[in-house]
Amino acid sequence: MAVIETRNLTYTYPGATKPSIKDVSITIERGEFVILTGPSGCGKTTLCRCFNGLVPHFYGGKLEGEVVVADRKVADHSIYELARHIGFVFQNPENQLFALSVEKDVAFGLENLAVPRDEMRKRVDWALQMAGIEELSERSPHELSGGQQQRVAIASVLAMQPDVMILDEPTSFLDPVGAQKIFEVINELNKKLGITIILVEHRLDLASKYANHVIVMDEGKVVLDGEPRRVFNSEEARLIGVGVPKATRLYQILKENGIRLHKVPVTSEEAASLLREVLKRD
Amino acid sequence: MSMFEGFRFRRVSSVIHRLDPRVKFFFVCVLFVMAILFSKLPPLILLFFVPLPFVFVAGVQREWLRSMRGALFFAVIIFLFNFVFTYFYTQYPQLPSASLLERSFAMTLRFLVLVESFSVFFLTTSPDHLGLALEQSHVPYEFCFAFTTAVRFVPVLAEEAQTIMDAQKARGLELERGNFLKRVRNYIPILIPLIVSAIRRSLELAEAMESRAWGASEKRTNLYVLKLRRADYFLALGAVLMLVFAIYVWLFVPVPSLTMLLGY
Amino acid sequence: MIEVKDVYFSYPTGVEALRGITIAIDDGEFLAIMGQNGAGKTTLVKHFNGLLKPTKGEVVVDGVNTREVSVAQLARKVGFVFQNPDHQLFCETVGEEVAFALRNFGFEENAIKKRVDWALNLLDVTQYRQTSPFMLSGGERKRVALASVLAWDPQVVILDEPTIGQDHQQKEKLRQFIVQLNAQKKTVIVVTHDVEFVAECNPRVMFMSGGKIVAEGRAEEILTNPKLVAQASIVPPQITQIFLGLSDLGLPTNVIDVHEARRILLGLLEGSS
Repeated sequence: MAVIETRNLTYTYPGATKPSIKDVSITIERGEFVILTGPSGCGKTTLCRCFNGLVPHFYGGKLEGEVVVADRKVADHSIYELARHIGFVFQNPENQLFALSVEKDVAFGLENLAVPRDEMRKRVDWALQMAGIEELSERSPHELSGGQQQRVAIASVLAMQPDVMILDEPTSFLDPVGAQKIFEVINELNKKLGITIILVEHRLDLASKYANHVIVMDEGKVVLDGEPRRVFNSEEARLIGVGVPKATRLYQILKENGIRLHKVPVTSEEAASLLREVLKRD
Repeated sequence: MSMFEGFRFRRVSSVIHRLDPRVKFFFVCVLFVMAILFSKLPPLILLFFVPLPFVFVAGVQREWLRSMRGALFFAVIIFLFNFVFTYFYTQYPQLPSASLLERSFAMTLRFLVLVESFSVFFLTTSPDHLGLALEQSHVPYEFCFAFTTAVRFVPVLAEEAQTIMDAQKARGLELERGNFLKRVRNYIPILIPLIVSAIRRSLELAEAMESRAWGASEKRTNLYVLKLRRADYFLALGAVLMLVFAIYVWLFVPVPSLTMLLGY
Repeated sequence: MIEVKDVYFSYPTGVEALRGITIAIDDGEFLAIMGQNGAGKTTLVKHFNGLLKPTKGEVVVDGVNTREVSVAQLARKVGFVFQNPDHQLFCETVGEEVAFALRNFGFEENAIKKRVDWALNLLDVTQYRQTSPFMLSGGERKRVALASVLAWDPQVVILDEPTIGQDHQQKEKLRQFIVQLNAQKKTVIVVTHDVEFVAECNPRVMFMSGGKIVAEGRAEEILTNPKLVAQASIVPPQITQIFLGLSDLGLPTNVIDVHEARRILLGLLEGSS
């Protein structure tokens, strides 16, 4: 069951001379963990904006082709309607938290949707728990670390119980340990709650082990779309300059020198066990 | 800056902090009206002491003192202005009379009573509660939101201003040198990045708001609700009684001035 | 070049950010300062150009105690590239932006023009000389900010988290650029938590945690020591993780670079067949 489908999607920002995304046709199945990557300026963020309606309703511009999210044509529905089905966590943690306390921020979307207070309280507590931040509920967002702030943002989106969650480079400002925590939370949401995840990331070495679908864009077009190992191992990925995990890189280098590991590794554990086999053989 | 320190909310809790902001505001307004009604010193001195028990119960003495200290500067200016102008306009070249002195002190005290009451209000009311009070008083949500968001970002902007200053100092910008005009010009490299950043930030905030269903409903619900409790009713009643008493006195009782009391 | 002598620093809010830091950075060194967010890395480097002065202890830059001179005087020798270029950019054109610091330092017009040309060319932004910096993309703005700092040719260049938000190719170009700077005998100090980036540069590395230095040495020694790495709350490079996972087979554990890994593995596999 496809939760997002685009057909020949092309979009040009108002005042721009050329389209930011060209002829994008992709399908994302319900429950997938998708990594969307590509060089800066390739159109990843623009594509995500097409999913939740920021394009075209917030940004204007010219949208051609079709995009359907949770059985709804994005062009025909307002952003606030779509917000019930698709949530968006942005890159900068500070600029997506409005309220003076964490739990008020988590409730923000629910308040907008006029959810009754009792139901709201339950959902807020649940979302805080899923994101692992119950003890922070009365703190002010500004006092929190970047990683904690991002978890608040995730909880705020989660409280609205969307089918899909988009996260646009959520770990940019975080250190590796903070980044790992975020990926673990997102992974929980995906595996336990079945929420479809679209993660825009450059840090593939940390994130790729969770994904089962990778889409690579370059200059507005989708260049690679498929299973992570195949995509990372491809020649195109290397040519475009995608930062594939070092484990995969090692596999490629060894292959060039005549040594074949029997699977394409994406994590260091996989690479280690594959190498172990090969070394033991000799 | 020290005068503004006295208005910043501290996260402490006390009976005063838990009072409904709407009632507290009403109380402060009553004090305000009373301060305007009376222009003689004795009632104003009495009025000055009224908020003090609240200051101590709330435990905000230190911050309150700081705001009063800051206000003292303005108080002196008000006194001098008032005294000098009225003197030269009316009594010059005779010696200034005691009643003139008293009048100027009274004006100054009036200002101090105002600062004092509002300071206690802001020191004991969290911006959260304030925003909530605004909402429940049927102020359009856009304004309440603008208010709480502004308060939320004040420390963020302050930090950013500091970072920008550091970045420009690291490029040789000297903020302390030069005559007045040059110093003002030297702040342009600080202001422009700050403004540009504020604009960018607003755009990002707007995107985030839209993405969280801003505008989905005519009438929003709220996670918190302000409920009036017994203490609030007491305070409200007290304020009304004070107001009635004050109006009665103002209408029917001739208030002696301090000069009269002291026999001048 | 830079000597830090038992420095303690507390912010006015009372937070003790540095607790007894002692380190010497030689002229022409390449140092990476790593650690969790909040470990004190940025606080420490702000002492190198005088933005912060130690609460206790002293910092001596090129023989001068930072307490005795102004930030502008230290900045002449120590260039600081901040994390967010938008905190610096304010001029109407890129050219003016790059000239800003030169004017502050009192260079004469001729010299300014020459240096601006040089810096713009170095960072490949000459074509934007008359463009407003606000019209450029994120990566381009970073290059303009870098050009504006290099324009006055400081002896020390500090980069605070230069890899944030950069894609793989941008990071690679940055890495090459930094290595080149260092090859030109400049002292380069990079504050970062990007392990892979540091692994590829292989500089001297210093781990900070809780305001203290917890480790210091060459990248291949420090990044491959699991205990030290855990103390600094970072994750070892993937290649290192792979080799640590194979340590029971007798493989060396101080590998951080893909090419070194290849050499070792090929040696083992071809040697034994």
